[in-house]
Amino acid sequence: MTRRSLMSLGGLSVSIALVSLWAVPVMGQAQKPAAPTRAAAPAAKPATRAGAPAKTPWGDPDLQGIWNFATSTPLERPAIAGEKAVLSEQEAEEFAEKLAFDLTRDRRDGGNAADVARAYNEHWMDARRLEILADKRTSLIVDPPDGRIPPRVPLTPERKQAAQQLAARAARFNAGMPESHEEFTPPVRGIIRTDRPPYLGTIYNNTAQIFQSPGYVVILQEMIHSSRVIPLDGRPHIGSNLKQWLGDTRGRFEGTTLVVETTNFRKDLGAVYGNANPETFKIVERFTRVSPDALNYEFTISDPNTWTKPWTAMVPWTRITEQLYEYTTHEDNYDLVHLLVGARVREARGEKPPDPSSRPAGGGGGDDR
Amino acid sequence: MRRPIVGVMGVGTVAAVLLWLAFAPTSVQAQAGAQPPSPGSWARFTVPRTTDGHPNLNGIWQALVTANFNLEDHEAQAGPYTELMGAYAGEPAGQSIVEGGVIPYKPEALARRKQNFENRMKADLSNDERWHDLGDPEMKCYMPGIPRATYMGFPFQIVQGTADAILFTYEFASASRVVRMNFKQEAPGDFWMGWSRGRWEGDTLVVDVTGQRKETWFDRSGNYHSEALRVVERYTLVSPYHLMYEATIEDPNVYSRPWKISFPLYRRMEKNIQLLEYKCQPFTEELLYGRFRKK
Repeated sequence: MTRRSLMSLGGLSVSIALVSLWAVPVMGQAQKPAAPTRAAAPAAKPATRAGAPAKTPWGDPDLQGIWNFATSTPLERPAIAGEKAVLSEQEAEEFAEKLAFDLTRDRRDGGNAADVARAYNEHWMDARRLEILADKRTSLIVDPPDGRIPPRVPLTPERKQAAQQLAARAARFNAGMPESHEEFTPPVRGIIRTDRPPYLGTIYNNTAQIFQSPGYVVILQEMIHSSRVIPLDGRPHIGSNLKQWLGDTRGRFEGTTLVVETTNFRKDLGAVYGNANPETFKIVERFTRVSPDALNYEFTISDPNTWTKPWTAMVPWTRITEQLYEYTTHEDNYDLVHLLVGARVREARGEKPPDPSSRPAGGGGGDDR
Repeated sequence: MRRPIVGVMGVGTVAAVLLWLAFAPTSVQAQAGAQPPSPGSWARFTVPRTTDGHPNLNGIWQALVTANFNLEDHEAQAGPYTELMGAYAGEPAGQSIVEGGVIPYKPEALARRKQNFENRMKADLSNDERWHDLGDPEMKCYMPGIPRATYMGFPFQIVQGTADAILFTYEFASASRVVRMNFKQEAPGDFWMGWSRGRWEGDTLVVDVTGQRKETWFDRSGNYHSEALRVVERYTLVSPYHLMYEATIEDPNVYSRPWKISFPLYRRMEKNIQLLEYKCQPFTEELLYGRFRKK
């Protein structure tokens, strides 16, 4: 098994690499083999009558298959897109080039150390991650129409304090001086990552396999390896005293769309998307198969204690013929120990962790970007 | 269809009968006659089938054997750290689920099992090369591998639709594995939950598991394998509520011959049953990483 090679990077490079581990997406924590030659026959085509969406033998819309949701199109509309929601052919070409440039080692504005970190990251890059959406939208967010997450509401003193605590942890992490394992985000600890809804693409493992059986849809995300079991029988949510990292999910079909509601998220820092208030955070996801090889994934997030209004994004998923492989973090989390050992060495040298108020609180919350 | 008596019954048999009595519909009881069912024999029943004609294994299943403490015979005993844990850490007795009672280790391979057991509560992550040398992977919340995932005392769900793969998803550590049906490609690497390829042999789902990480154990007693491990599992419905599990384990580096385990799995019948989360990383982090925290 190929070992991750963070330690082979020298002094300064390591800390820059760590910055990118937190604030830009994340470097290789995967143990993913090279794509092997597929020996089996291509996945069976769902049985479709002309014009009718595929159904399972028990009558549910058929969402089964292996899907990829990587894209370089950002969640929020970037400044370079101006006011445009959808680009022309020529504009899209430039947009795509710029976004891909920003994500790869081709970008060279950070000095030698950043070059090394970007080159390292590129090793893990999902090639589909460098392509914009086929529909040429400039943001995944479709509502509000400006393509941006609505403004945040003022935080309560308790949540302000939690945000400051998170920022302080992020600053120590970025400086290579974490105090303990508890300071790492859930993704770095291998607890949750982009398997926690909403499903948003990141540098790699943007793949999910959907299984169905009568009464259930189950989504296995390659990231972290967790399966989200979605009962469709209308049962109530688990008790409000039972909280989970992935929440508690219930689903139903509305026409051809699978509508999924998730509640009961844990309160741990970084457990719920966007550091929202887990008590009032709501996410509704809609999965609609629009053709044999395409599925629209739309989600609406609301939390009156975090954002001034609800917002909605749509991410197209593409059916692929590759396989999903086991992703592990916790079992071989060498880097977590390296980071802690490095921090203790820095302390012994008399280095001080940075003052979090003096630098922007990049990253935080464990959300991959 | 009448099924043969399969394998060696564990302590779970008594509970099986109780579950049977508690949940079996009257008609089934009538078929079984006036006497309660005998452990190890199964009443006639109609195998539920999916539209493609194969047995329908969908459901949430759980083992009742105590094999996670030891695959072989084990007496009730105090667990570790009784001075802290008292009887909380106590371990129940159980009969061997191994056919013939004993795992056929090569003589030279037994020392390692003893060493594993003695070090089962230890971990030392200060050296990458020796990262996995000490400690039961379960204690470290590592994915358990096959067959251990099946008898850990946590439920798991089988999701069998019309895809060319069947999903097994386990409550313990959110471990998942995809059983690819009639799939030719060999394991492209080593995985904690292995590389599973399935096929139907009559009404039995046979799963061939290769590509498992060599670091997984079979139980808390240190029973182990090498990178040459191959596990062939057989899942057969023997009643609407029971799935007989059998696994043949071979590893020429460690055992003198292939050996077999078997026990029934029980369908969880609570009306609101669902897999809950058992993400145990936070439960073990202090043990693994506490020594590296700021003093």
